[in-house]
Amino acid sequence: MALPTYDEVIAKWDPVLGLEVHVELNTQSKMFCSCATEFGGAPNTQTCPVCLALPGALPVVNEKAIESTILIGLALNCKIAPYSRFARKNYFYPDMPKNFQISQYDEPICFDGYVDVEIETEEGPKQFRIEIERVHMEEDTGKSLHVGGATGRIHGADYSLLDYNRAGIPLVEIVTKIVPGTGKYAPEVAKAYVAELRDILRGLKVSDVKMEQGSLRCDANVSLKPIGSDVLGTRSETKNVNSLRSVERAIRGEMIRHAELLNDGKKVKQETRHFQEDTGLTRSGRSKEQAEDYRYFPDPDLVPVTPLASWIEELRATLPERPSLRRKRIKEEWNVPDKEMAAMINADVLDIVEATVLLGADPTKARTWWLGEISRIANEKELPIADLAITPAHVAELVELVAKGDLTDKLARQVVEGVVAGEGTPSEVVAKRGIKVVNDDGALMAAIEKVCAEQAETAEKVRGGHLPAAGALIGAVMKETKGQADAARVRELLLGHLGQPI
Amino acid sequence: MSSLSRDDVAKLAGLARIEMTEAELVELSSQFGLILDAVARVQEMDLSGVKATSHPQPLENVARPDVVLPSLSPEDALSGAPAQEESRFRVPQILGEAE
Repeated sequence: MALPTYDEVIAKWDPVLGLEVHVELNTQSKMFCSCATEFGGAPNTQTCPVCLALPGALPVVNEKAIESTILIGLALNCKIAPYSRFARKNYFYPDMPKNFQISQYDEPICFDGYVDVEIETEEGPKQFRIEIERVHMEEDTGKSLHVGGATGRIHGADYSLLDYNRAGIPLVEIVTKIVPGTGKYAPEVAKAYVAELRDILRGLKVSDVKMEQGSLRCDANVSLKPIGSDVLGTRSETKNVNSLRSVERAIRGEMIRHAELLNDGKKVKQETRHFQEDTGLTRSGRSKEQAEDYRYFPDPDLVPVTPLASWIEELRATLPERPSLRRKRIKEEWNVPDKEMAAMINADVLDIVEATVLLGADPTKARTWWLGEISRIANEKELPIADLAITPAHVAELVELVAKGDLTDKLARQVVEGVVAGEGTPSEVVAKRGIKVVNDDGALMAAIEKVCAEQAETAEKVRGGHLPAAGALIGAVMKETKGQADAARVRELLLGHLGQPI
Repeated sequence: MSSLSRDDVAKLAGLARIEMTEAELVELSSQFGLILDAVARVQEMDLSGVKATSHPQPLENVARPDVVLPSLSPEDALSGAPAQEESRFRVPQILGEAE
């Protein structure tokens, strides 16, 4: 039987979501020991007796990690537990050298919150409230490399190699309550939720939130029930979802896969599945032969966390502006059209444009540079825009140089190219490359006289009052001066030369 | 008297990755029963005003500042490993072929 189309799926089935997001905090040191957390170090250079679980080592919690987790809870409208503990989650797997993960079980530090997200639909913007079940602290696992076998996958590998640099990096898990009622918008709502979380976390400055490096990871639980039914279907849990686009694709794909099984009278298996970035499909993971039995119990090496109410209020007072409100404010303050606003959010340049504006640049000019020329270069180089050598300070300077008439837009593009190539600040590039607007009226007049002689017929038309013909002459003068002239000045001089009012 | 079946003990042994003989499984199932009975005597006391305890000392909020200290060298970190390769711990096959 052919796969049902998405429209066929939503005509019959109602999706129910549940999302678990893991966030690596950007603390300097690990959750329970003083090893560095830096990404990309040589294997096993960031380990110690605690994160390697050598005998007698004792964990001590990182106070910054607790503070960051409380900030996250507050930003997600959660209650903060006056008393919470760490628990051991026991399982045998080589990525956890202790054979347990320190996590939190029935006493998470934050609980009962919500996030509102907005998506664009055919009927206009629509809001959904995603309720948060809990936010708790735990530690990341090591990284495994599977050797042998055809695919580098764990199945069929001969053996595995472990790097524990990541083991023990502070991890915060954010779990939603079940999310019903999103209907056909389920994939978009999930994506919008993860995007909103990412923006909130970035605003709090508690994580790098780089999905491609795994500092923000999403597990998506999906089930289907017949429309109108109150009985939840069996869910699958898709792991490995490492981009916003993948969140949407994974959920859409799972809805179709479930519907196909259910339409055929088969059952959905409760299992973990892995998202395949290349195909957009999921693959069955380790099947759980028995219900998981983690035998959680309070970790006897760690003591309870009991944050003072006054400290929580101090932290609450430092919360930054909520991303959704910030977007609304920016849109109004800068008077940005809907389409342009969406383009800025999609291109992820809002922060960088705002930074440029705060340095004094005109919002429209700043936006145009980042969204236009600089985005184009980033695409061409296949780099994130933030990784280019050009900074908000550079763009602010550039905008100023153009406003002062030192550069034309065309010359400014050459300057951008130089800044991106690492030639220095815009002023430095201007100096090094000898880029300057021809402001010398004498040189301009010479070019104008030359062009008017060459195109005497056109010049005559302008002289006779036919002003639209001046465009061709101005273009020729600009060409003659290799784009270094200020077009407005050329127009003034040309019209004056041909006896026309300016 | 509480009791644990032979299968309960086998399951616990499996979760803890402890290999046990049939004789040990049977013997332990009765011993576990005695241990549980001994512990269960605590429940005979009136503990309504006593908070559950997970740490012998009445301590709270023991934390350390977020400061990086030197780690072990990879050589030291790997010095106790039964097998290693490319500065990584080498472990036996985790999962067999996919079904």
